[in-house]
Amino acid sequence: MFDNRRYVIILIMILVATAMAAKLFYIQIIDEEYKLSAESNSRREVVQYPSRGLIFDRNGKLLVSNQAVYDIMIVLREVHEFDSLDFCRTVEIDMPTLRGLFADLREKIRYRKASSYKPSVFIKQLSEERFSMLQEKLFKMPGFYAQRRTLRKYEYPSAALVLGYVSEISENMIRDTVINKDSYYSQGDYIGISGIERSFEKTLRGKKGINYIMVDVHGRTKGEFHDGELDEAAISGKDLTLSLDIDLQQYGEKLMQGKTGSIVAIRPQTGEILAMVSAPSYDPSLLVGRLRSVNFPILSNDPQKPLFNRAIQAQYPPGSTFKTINALIGLQEGIVTPESRFPCHAGYTIGRFHLGCHSHASPLDLRQSIQHSCNGYYCYEFRSFLDSPKYGSSHKALNIWRDYLVKFGLGYRLGIDIANEKRGLVPNAEYYDKYKGKNWNSLGVISLSIGQGELLLTPIQLANQAATIANQGWFYTPHIVHKIEDGEIDSLYLTKRYTGIDSTYFSVIKDGMEAAVWAGDGGTAHGAQIPDIRVCGKTGTAQNPHGKDHSIFMAFAPKESPEIAISVYVENAGFGATWAVPIGSLMIEKYIKGEINPQRKWVEDRIIQAKLNGTE
Amino acid sequence: MALSNTNPYHKGIDWLLVILYVALVAFGWLNLYAANYNPETRIAFSVDAEYFKQLVWIGITALCVGVIMLVDSKMFVEISYIVFGASVLLLIVVLFAGKEVNGAKSWLAFGPVQFQPVEFTKIGTALVVSRVMSRYGFTFNFRSYAHLAVVLLIPILLVLLQNDTGSALIYFVFLLPMFREGMTGHVLIIGAMCIATAIASFLLPTEWVMAVIAFLGLMAVSYVLNRHATKREGLTAVFVCIATTVAAYFGLYVMRHGEVEPEIPVAIGAMALSVYTIIRSIVRRIRTTYTILMYMWIALTVSYATGFAFENILEPHQRTRINILFGVEDDPSGAGYNVNQSMIAIGSGGFSGKGFLEGTQTKLNFVPKQTTDFIFCTVGEEWGFMGSITLIALYLTFFIRLIILAEKQHSVFSRIYGYCVACIFFFHFMVNISMTIGLMPVIGIPLPFFSYGGSSLWGFSIMLFIFLKLDTDRNELIR
Repeated sequence: MFDNRRYVIILIMILVATAMAAKLFYIQIIDEEYKLSAESNSRREVVQYPSRGLIFDRNGKLLVSNQAVYDIMIVLREVHEFDSLDFCRTVEIDMPTLRGLFADLREKIRYRKASSYKPSVFIKQLSEERFSMLQEKLFKMPGFYAQRRTLRKYEYPSAALVLGYVSEISENMIRDTVINKDSYYSQGDYIGISGIERSFEKTLRGKKGINYIMVDVHGRTKGEFHDGELDEAAISGKDLTLSLDIDLQQYGEKLMQGKTGSIVAIRPQTGEILAMVSAPSYDPSLLVGRLRSVNFPILSNDPQKPLFNRAIQAQYPPGSTFKTINALIGLQEGIVTPESRFPCHAGYTIGRFHLGCHSHASPLDLRQSIQHSCNGYYCYEFRSFLDSPKYGSSHKALNIWRDYLVKFGLGYRLGIDIANEKRGLVPNAEYYDKYKGKNWNSLGVISLSIGQGELLLTPIQLANQAATIANQGWFYTPHIVHKIEDGEIDSLYLTKRYTGIDSTYFSVIKDGMEAAVWAGDGGTAHGAQIPDIRVCGKTGTAQNPHGKDHSIFMAFAPKESPEIAISVYVENAGFGATWAVPIGSLMIEKYIKGEINPQRKWVEDRIIQAKLNGTE
Repeated sequence: MALSNTNPYHKGIDWLLVILYVALVAFGWLNLYAANYNPETRIAFSVDAEYFKQLVWIGITALCVGVIMLVDSKMFVEISYIVFGASVLLLIVVLFAGKEVNGAKSWLAFGPVQFQPVEFTKIGTALVVSRVMSRYGFTFNFRSYAHLAVVLLIPILLVLLQNDTGSALIYFVFLLPMFREGMTGHVLIIGAMCIATAIASFLLPTEWVMAVIAFLGLMAVSYVLNRHATKREGLTAVFVCIATTVAAYFGLYVMRHGEVEPEIPVAIGAMALSVYTIIRSIVRRIRTTYTILMYMWIALTVSYATGFAFENILEPHQRTRINILFGVEDDPSGAGYNVNQSMIAIGSGGFSGKGFLEGTQTKLNFVPKQTTDFIFCTVGEEWGFMGSITLIALYLTFFIRLIILAEKQHSVFSRIYGYCVACIFFFHFMVNISMTIGLMPVIGIPLPFFSYGGSSLWGFSIMLFIFLKLDTDRNELIR
């Protein structure tokens, strides 16, 4: 009926097909523009690397900033002939090196670790000055372009171990971060490896951005892709303000030169770390950028272990400084009173056991026992504690003792905001069951009474102990970051931790520590006397199976309103009084007074010039 | 001869169509391989790659085709409503349980298998439309139109609810089989006129377009009146129209203190013209004028509605696509990116193309969706103008062969179904290739046998082979 309408439909189809053919004819044959565009058409993703957050000290002095460098990127497919001689001259490499770089790149492409279509890093971290010379020539070198990166710049050659360092992320680390649900990193990114750079990585790193640009076949930028709508701007990292006093830190490092050990200074009221010296150390600039590959092996192979942050990673016996804690536990548990006296005749003797002491009057009360650092006193005290019938057994008593220590922040990581802190060692009853057999008794662990034996503390734990005594029974977890830009510091660092020891018991300990420094009838820490500053201190000498004793000093000042608490360890230096005491007192004086009294200059000179670790 | 034809009416399968089909599927697969081919990772074959999966889909398709060829032809008439009902049900299911891909919630997932029910709805709709129109004594009266409208609007609405505008447009193609079966030709002419008016109103100020439409209507009416009534009546029509328009303009000007939308006086003028013409036509018993007035009013409405729809109904991305198509916006790196990249890829193919697997634009992810909606780019780039027009010719032969076969059918059902199949393929072909070469706005529908995806391949193949099966019984009366 409507048979002829089939032709209308067929005609429509033919017309549409013809229109398509005509349009195809136009774009494929007549119009050259599309062929040209195809060649010129490539979209390049340029990662915008954020600059890391800056780091300031407590007085607003800039410690760590950033410097620009340039990675020279290559898109191999787009590389044509270029003046390689000129290229080499500009970036300061020779021809064989250049050939080697190309060979490496081709190798990577063969093993599909790189792509000839996508940019790969060709030359890393070209200095700004070299780059500006190269930049003028880049247009003649298709396939090459520059990628701005930032490296760390250190304003002071100090505090290397606190600040840590930044390095390119390794494949293993990328895998680890991905496992930890952090998909931020990709190859070529920088990441904080140690110190604050590591523990505040997420704060400091900022956020990468991406620019999409259109480039032609010669690598020339043709403008923004999508008008830059898809671009994401890089967001700079947040700045950190540390509680560190860089002047004090530098001074501490100066005092510790030629020595091995550490100084930790804490502000007791807040738990803020004022200085954290680990000696020997290194100039942080040595581990920046291209220098790192040269210097890192040297530093890590150095027998003095300059990469080892002794302040938080070294674990030493506390020695006599620990007597303060035993005294406090004894007071709290009612084992001793400030008036309790124990005899000491050149030591503690029971049966065939003898633990020596130096000469002083006898018997001593509690205050004097601290002042003179009497070993005998603490042997009696500690055994009375362990053998007290009120605990039932030495095992139970020892675990009560251990619980007090844990409340002092010992035996576990304090939780400071610098990576890789060690926990020290506080033995408990089970520990001795294992190593001494079930039948150990109070005499068998007598070394604990004077801070020897199995007990191990890190210097920061000792400094915290000084701060706790200064505060009469509480402390804030030590921390070094004082302020985070647009952020708040962890509430952990704003929460007081109590030791469970009544604050009234601390006055006698403080008196003893004051007397150790100031008493006319002899004290162990006379070297810590500073005009106008009531320093309270306690020396220590830790026996060391590997050599000379470690010299230890723990102090805080001034007595009535403490502003600084400090621990000093000097490895293999002998008595605490000889080296650690003057170093501690100079630090205290420097912090409180800002300068050293001319009368004490000779002490300073003596310390600075002393070489105790066998290096020149 | 004696071997195969036990039934004198039974014909063998139409091998020409089968060969065309196999050729398209094979070329489609090679092209998909090329689009996935990465010159850097020269792995010859990977089970995860789209071209491998497509091979699996092709295998499944062969099974489906085998089953269809075993079914009795009459069955397809019987189950047409069931197929339609089931596919509509799936569309409803997809609305609630579907998976959203690229903004359209059109996928159903059964474990690892995902498919788009919309591909199967076309088959059901084609069967039902054929059945409705092949009913004994079918004529295009109001009831028939209503019946067909319901059949078509159900899937259209459901697909629109999925936010899949492209797939909804396909159902307009059923107008072509309806036209073949005797639907008034005005529908096609009006359709063409609407498209022309819409484009004109889009590109030019609406009031001008409306004024021109009214003017053309006026000329036509006055010519007819002049011819079939008197010269005086023709001139009066012109006078009435223009005078009313001018009067309305100034009247509004005074009332609205100078703020007049020119569309309103034009509409009032057209209204006056219509009233006068209708009165004279009744008196003079002229009927042509009614048709002219109908065309004029439809055009005026479309013209006015275009601007409104563009601003208020279309979504921003659809507006941009249309703007770019007509060159109103030029934004090669922005929203026009897809089309621009696709045209660059095709254009760079030149006369003879870059050669199989030698394309660069379609390998480096410049062209988005290069294996689905924009698969034609790879053809254009690698096979050039020659390859592209060969493919177009192949498709055209395929469509025309379908129509020739449809016309040979003894039963009306088979004929209409054949037309439906041909037109659905044609619509996909037209919309898909036109958008990749910048002839139409971007509407995401697949190119039959070329675009990657199991659902569309199965849908298209089943649809085609149902017709081929019907064709083997072309001499029988199937209804």
